[in-house]
Amino acid sequence: MQKRKIEIAVGVFVVFGLAALVMLAVKVSNLAAVSEENGYVIKARFSNIGGLKVRAPVLVGGVRIGKVADVTLDSQTYEAVVVMDVSSKYKNLPKDTSASIFTAGLLGEQYVGLDPGGDTAFLKNGDEIKLTQAAFVMEQVLGQFLFSKASGDKAPNE
Amino acid sequence: MLEWLRRIGARALLFFERLGRALLFLLRVVAVLPQLVGEFRLCITQIYSVGVLSMQLIAISGLTVGMVLGLQGYNTLVDFGAEQSLGQAVALSLVRELGPVLTALLFAGRAGSALTAEIGLMRVTEQLPAMEMMAVDPFRRVFAPRFLAGVVSMPLLAAMFSALGIIGGSMIGVGLLGIDSGAFWSQMQAKVDIYDDILNGVIKSVVFGVVATWIAVFEGFDASPTTEGVSRATTRTVVHTAFAVLGLDFVLTALMFGGL
Repeated sequence: MQKRKIEIAVGVFVVFGLAALVMLAVKVSNLAAVSEENGYVIKARFSNIGGLKVRAPVLVGGVRIGKVADVTLDSQTYEAVVVMDVSSKYKNLPKDTSASIFTAGLLGEQYVGLDPGGDTAFLKNGDEIKLTQAAFVMEQVLGQFLFSKASGDKAPNE
Repeated sequence: MLEWLRRIGARALLFFERLGRALLFLLRVVAVLPQLVGEFRLCITQIYSVGVLSMQLIAISGLTVGMVLGLQGYNTLVDFGAEQSLGQAVALSLVRELGPVLTALLFAGRAGSALTAEIGLMRVTEQLPAMEMMAVDPFRRVFAPRFLAGVVSMPLLAAMFSALGIIGGSMIGVGLLGIDSGAFWSQMQAKVDIYDDILNGVIKSVVFGVVATWIAVFEGFDASPTTEGVSRATTRTVVHTAFAVLGLDFVLTALMFGGL
């Protein structure tokens, strides 16, 4: 009898442990997103990607359609090549789609925003997006602003 | 001066001697593990005393740690208007670090010390030589089942700790502080990766399980067979496990998340 109780308790323990693992996998992590995004790959070249990271979302009109799979540097042109993994649910992106890198909010993470064009031909696996806009780098813009301020209007009591 | 040097040398020799003995001990335990296939009964009793009896402590600790993380995280994040990210902050800190590490430290105190004391007392009462006299291999009968039970229990306990911690965090964040439930869970799911975070956390807890149980069982085996020896061995188990787990955690974190 005592032995049976112990065995039941161990069984319950193992079930609880596995249930916790399943909860971590399903409810907490991106398991669902990982499995559905084995779609196709498109590339884009940017002169500057700012703080874009691998696994950053790829959005069209605010809807997540994929993720950034890889970021490399083209050693010939010194451009950043961003490889995006797009869900196979969204097959019909026009050829003249443009890609830009945006920031979500003031302190948020960076993501790739795609803006579909009007072409009737669609992007296929491995295609490259031609129209891109580099990331908004706060320091550059601030620097330009301060520079133009300094050269533009002189201090009044000079 | 010479006396001092001699003492350092003796200390070092003692250290290497113990380390070597511990490694040989581990090898012998691992060598008899395949023989346990037919004898799950031995392991089940041990999983009961190592895992099931630790469950209460782990569950309550996990829940409270999660709740505290929720409160503290909220107070910090709300200054930046980013309280929606609370779910992500709680889940990542639990799954990557706090779950495996705190479970290992609690495990050392709850189960490791008990293992050491039990085996140490077996030595004091000369049960181990008696077993050998009866042609029962103590490695197979005593050490290996305990070792296996610890290695199996630790990842399960760590997963419970993390899961309950996240539930605790959501109770505080969503229930008490009024963060939107959808934002809480979806931000978490967007940022926690199944391989990079969850799987690495599980690997960590398996490693800690091996180390913590190894230390506990070895200290019992190596205890000097007196009352004082057993009490010292028990203390050493808890202290050495804490050092080993925290040190290993740094190395594993650097390998997994440090981008080295």
